[in-house]
Amino acid sequence: MKYFGFKASTGAAALVAVGGLGAISAFASTSHVVSQAEKAFSTKKMEVAVGDSITFVNDDKVKHNIVIKKMDVSSGIQKPGEKIDVLFDKNGKFKVRCGIHPKMKVTVVVK
Amino acid sequence: MNLLDISWRSLIAGGVFAAAMPAMAAEQIATRTVAGVDPAELQKMIELNVRPNAIPFPEENPYSVEKAELGKMLFFDPRLSGSNLLSCASCHNPSFGWEDGQPTGAGHGMNRLGRHTPTVLNLAWGEIFMWDGRMDSLEEQALGPIQADVEMAQPLDELIAELQAIEGYRELFAAAFPDQEISEETIGQAIATYERTIVSNRAPFDHWVDGDESAISESAKRGFVIYNTKANCVACHSGWNMTDDSFHDIGLDTDDVGRAAEMNDMPEFKHAFKTPGLRNIVERAPYMHNGSLATLGEVIDHYATGFAERPSLSDDIKPFELSAAEKDDLIAFLESLSSEDDPVEIPVLPN
Repeated sequence: MKYFGFKASTGAAALVAVGGLGAISAFASTSHVVSQAEKAFSTKKMEVAVGDSITFVNDDKVKHNIVIKKMDVSSGIQKPGEKIDVLFDKNGKFKVRCGIHPKMKVTVVVK
Repeated sequence: MNLLDISWRSLIAGGVFAAAMPAMAAEQIATRTVAGVDPAELQKMIELNVRPNAIPFPEENPYSVEKAELGKMLFFDPRLSGSNLLSCASCHNPSFGWEDGQPTGAGHGMNRLGRHTPTVLNLAWGEIFMWDGRMDSLEEQALGPIQADVEMAQPLDELIAELQAIEGYRELFAAAFPDQEISEETIGQAIATYERTIVSNRAPFDHWVDGDESAISESAKRGFVIYNTKANCVACHSGWNMTDDSFHDIGLDTDDVGRAAEMNDMPEFKHAFKTPGLRNIVERAPYMHNGSLATLGEVIDHYATGFAERPSLSDDIKPFELSAAEKDDLIAFLESLSSEDDPVEIPVLPN
């Protein structure tokens, strides 16, 4: 399992992994899935509970990436077919973008 | 997202708000013709360039007349710099397409900066800001150059105190932000609101898209097709404002790592910079993130064969060959993107 580094200085203990949900199953209460296709996320806004995780699945033909500035998360390159899991363990409103295609964005509200 | 349904011209002039431009009828698009081009293919190209009818404003910072007026004052006020000599407009000059006409900008102490001053034109539609995308909103962007030591060198806490000491600003802030103190947030929101109102007027190209076959020359029409096909400029310069708001290494001779500095030094982002929009591009020379190319002809030559082959080079950069006539056509199209914008009235600043 390959983990991408992140800084925990914001207090939002995001765990970013590639390859599946197994790495974070002990932390997350519910898993949600968001697809990336045609240079767009499958939803523009979603609500999750504190402790939930989201799996971002690259169903596209091009590389993507997950950036959440407020959580200091930058996933690295996400090739077609790869998944990135992010744990949201702090409430708030988070803008998730693709750092390659910034028009791809989804707002995650954690309650 | 809030939409301000008004005409660009009246808003920029700060005058009476008028009705929005009527939506274009589909049959009007179908009347466009370019010799030798399949009408259906041409229509697809044209449809991607239809302008929006309203300026989008974020829910977090909705439009108000008071905010836009305050933001304009702040934008043109040199007291926003540590030296009290530089305003936002010193670099983002409306006379030069809201740039400065220099290869790279000049900041505090007239020190030369590392990158070309980007335009603030049509930023209401921007996604992320600065050449390397390090600012996530226009509100955030507005505060960046003010604080930067090499740019305006003005600590925000000192600026807030300076503004609070000026009666006229106290009144303007009170009108724009009732029950709020002058703060970083309100300064950023006011400037961003004004910047969102800086929109290029309808250019000859837009009138052609709208249905006026005589609005642009036959050469410009051929250039539009070349832009979308042979030269494939549209791979990145897409949409009515001609930008995908994404980042690409276009093979310029540069040591600047660009977007990579914001993306954990990932090699895929090395030398990648944000695609600039192309509205009023003739007035915005010189070109590229480092202002290294003086003319649109040089820019076309760069994309045709002049780029550096390296691992980070964008997949969209591929060599092409244009005849001298085709190059003229492409330039004619780019020239058709320039609008006659209303004169910008410099505000008399509060004291």
